[in-house]
Amino acid sequence: MSDVVTMDDLSNEEILSILDDSERLVAVARGDVHLPLLEGKVLANMFYENSTRTRMSFEAAMKRLGGSVLNFSSIGTSVAKGETLFDTMQMVEGYADIAVIRHPQQGAAQYSADAINIPILNAGDGAGNHPTQTMLDLFTIREAHGTIEGLNVVLVGDLRYGRTVHSLSHALTRFGAELTLVSPETLMMPDEIVNDLRSTGATISESTDLIAAIPDADVIYMTRIQKERFPDEDEYAKVAGIYMLDAKDMSGAKEGMIVMHPLPRVSELHPSLDSTVNARYFQQAFNGVPTRMALLCRSLGVKIPKEVKK
Amino acid sequence: MSEMRRVTAICNGTVIDHIPAGHALQVIKMLRIDTNRSNPVSLVMNVPSDKMGRKDLLKIEDLELNQEELDRLALISPNASVAIIRNYGVAEKRVVDLAEEMVNVARCTFSNCITKNPREPLPQKLILYSRDPLEVRCYYCGKRQDLDDIIDNLI
Repeated sequence: MSDVVTMDDLSNEEILSILDDSERLVAVARGDVHLPLLEGKVLANMFYENSTRTRMSFEAAMKRLGGSVLNFSSIGTSVAKGETLFDTMQMVEGYADIAVIRHPQQGAAQYSADAINIPILNAGDGAGNHPTQTMLDLFTIREAHGTIEGLNVVLVGDLRYGRTVHSLSHALTRFGAELTLVSPETLMMPDEIVNDLRSTGATISESTDLIAAIPDADVIYMTRIQKERFPDEDEYAKVAGIYMLDAKDMSGAKEGMIVMHPLPRVSELHPSLDSTVNARYFQQAFNGVPTRMALLCRSLGVKIPKEVKK
Repeated sequence: MSEMRRVTAICNGTVIDHIPAGHALQVIKMLRIDTNRSNPVSLVMNVPSDKMGRKDLLKIEDLELNQEELDRLALISPNASVAIIRNYGVAEKRVVDLAEEMVNVARCTFSNCITKNPREPLPQKLILYSRDPLEVRCYYCGKRQDLDDIIDNLI
């Protein structure tokens, strides 16, 4: 199968192989090496929801590999006239070799994968999954620590609606990381996910106290409290800005601890943190390019050379 | 009950035995016997059972359940025994077994699932995630389905 809808579509061996491929593609992602592996191929970027990094990094990945991109946004298209996702995807199948989809409704990526025969990469479906973000997160963690196994990863913020942390928590536990889940009571990780994780033998602790979790952390993964996912503005106001990190908070951290964030940030990461050795979120955003290059190649059946040289 | 029959034997139709006590009305709803059909139905609730302590039982006249209908039944009564009656005798015993995949049996109950748009043409699909305890999820959005909600969302 060449679709990537959830992390379950990739075995641990495949994940490690994609991370290795991504590592070799870093120089191509920077533009230092010309490697037109996807020349003549067309990617359809189907964004039914806002995106900055995901859409742009997919576009950069495709173009750095010599391919081209059709950008779609639901504003100003037939979607506004009531076209079904099924019909829109039939059209995409005729125009492109592979499609990336982000959609506000959960299950939209699996639905698209069933509707057409070209490969589908899920770039976020409602509060569901965001596996390509997970791949770049795993890449960033492995880049910093050399491994994933045995690390204590602290996931912070909106763990209820945040699709990024849903996909990531599954993947981290598959590789033997320990999870500390820090969130307000109203935004805790859904029970069904925590139960799934525990049923695989994962070590998970839950807390509302971020500062207490810093000394034992190898990775602190901050997330934005997502206003757009709250049914009620009052509920949002109660928890907005509840977790914030600044440079001073890093004094009690372990050596090598990194702070990650899928971005955009609002107030949860103070700009004073940006210049610390711990800040890794802009590097993380760049890592979206090589990992998405590797994912595009895998889904299109294109092998990445064992050595990538200038 | 050996002392006397609570309901009379039926000539032709289906007998569903070993329904968990108190669930017979849900079974009737799931099989849409209450809305779509005019078959005579006898319902026995909370009778003693060696196997289950207490059980419910249904006798539906002039109707033989097909496999798709059995799939529905399995969602709330996976251990039910089904007998097809012809001319007052048991002609067939049907096995109630939960299907791994249930296509167009019920709509996903999650309000933000892609399948909530009634114009989307792909079939509704539920996946059997676990038999014991029974857990069913939507194939598309992955959300766990509440059993009571499934009954309200039958197709």
